[in-house]
Amino acid sequence: MTLILLAVNACLINNVVLSQFLGICSFLGVSKKSETASGMGMALTFVLTLSSLVCGVLYHFLLVPFHLEYLKTIVFILIVAALVQFVEMFLKKYGKSLYDALGIYLPLITTNCAVLGVALLNVQKDYSILTGTVYGLATALGYWIAIVLLSHIREKMVYNDVPKSFQGFPIVMITAALMSIAFFGFAALK
Amino acid sequence: MKKLKKDTPIERIWNGIFVENPVFVLVLGMCPTLATTTSAMNGIGMGLSTTVVLALSNLLISLLRKIIPERMRMPAYIVVIASFVTMVDFLMEGFTPDLYKVLGIYIPLIVVNCIIMGRAEAYAGKKPVVASFFDGLGMGLGFTLALFLLGSVREIVGAGTWLGMQITPSGYVPVNIFVLAPGAFLVCGFLVAIMNKLKIGAGRRPKSEWDPTEKICGDCYSCMKFDVCDKKPEGTETTAQTIARAKGTVAEAVAPAAAKSAAAAKSGEKEAES
Repeated sequence: MTLILLAVNACLINNVVLSQFLGICSFLGVSKKSETASGMGMALTFVLTLSSLVCGVLYHFLLVPFHLEYLKTIVFILIVAALVQFVEMFLKKYGKSLYDALGIYLPLITTNCAVLGVALLNVQKDYSILTGTVYGLATALGYWIAIVLLSHIREKMVYNDVPKSFQGFPIVMITAALMSIAFFGFAALK
Repeated sequence: MKKLKKDTPIERIWNGIFVENPVFVLVLGMCPTLATTTSAMNGIGMGLSTTVVLALSNLLISLLRKIIPERMRMPAYIVVIASFVTMVDFLMEGFTPDLYKVLGIYIPLIVVNCIIMGRAEAYAGKKPVVASFFDGLGMGLGFTLALFLLGSVREIVGAGTWLGMQITPSGYVPVNIFVLAPGAFLVCGFLVAIMNKLKIGAGRRPKSEWDPTEKICGDCYSCMKFDVCDKKPEGTETTAQTIARAKGTVAEAVAPAAAKSAAAAKSGEKEAES
């Protein structure tokens, strides 16, 4: 039950992009078309769940017993980079259809701060490995929801007459601001 | 203004702060920009810690540029950057505990700030040591300035204070939402729009040897400069072209460069037709 509450919290109330500002770069960059946005969301869900599991295991069974907690930033970023590479190679060999769907988004995920952010938050909040993995999954689902919503708004926005200075980046930011206000409504779920 | 000599310390700092301001011109490193600018002071704190990492990692990477093998570039850069970030993390925990508590997870997240990786890849990996150091310093100061500006607006409107001092008249009711998450998006959007209007950002966007689309965010799909980039894969359509298609005319483009590319695409089509 606590896990479900945690998941709802991470997914909607404290949405990773709209209230914690993690993964903004890809949130703004990949949300041009709904298909690519959805693909990115899927790829991130896959990697983020896996990376919070791997980072959790390594932290609890390797770094803590040897009192190397101070190395966590370096270790986590290397794990994430290596994991993304590995997942890409694995999918290329054994999961052709999944690779075709996620392939182009995988390299982007290394630099997505949501992945490293969740790994660090898990440590900061003292989550166990299971809780951490659920948190990672829920966070990624929240990202997926947010980016798909934004991409659909942007697809509609193409037909609108936006003032010249606001075209491109600024209007997307303002859309995100309105979405962020809307997501405040989920605070009532608490 | 007189054109400054290339790769001198002053030129690099000027470049970082104004010509290629990482936030307002290159639109890089948005996560800390939005997350930590709840007040002017937090903005400065985040900006300066990023500046330290940026300058030092540029320095070290430039020193090591002839030793690091081409294929191992990325992992080596990541390790260098992550080491400096860890150092800054501990120094801040020790000496500025209050600020450390506020900035929290965004200090270790400096590792994945695209500005740092971008500068390492684009500048420090190729240029001499002194120029690289000042390049990092300039970029960092530009980042700090942007964060300070954003933080100031949010703090004044959202809390009625500036750098912790009460500056609005007592009758002013602070608009709380500016300090909360939506305010960050809103203020940033408006600031970039103002820069566009005044032709500070997009209008005087320089054509530099550094192409931000290259190898920083991975590929074009995640790149904010997609519309003005001429290295994107063939056949991909810019926002301007999408608008043009939607309206049936070539609309006013997002940025001058985008207009040019849209126009070029159109004339290309015409040639093909004829």
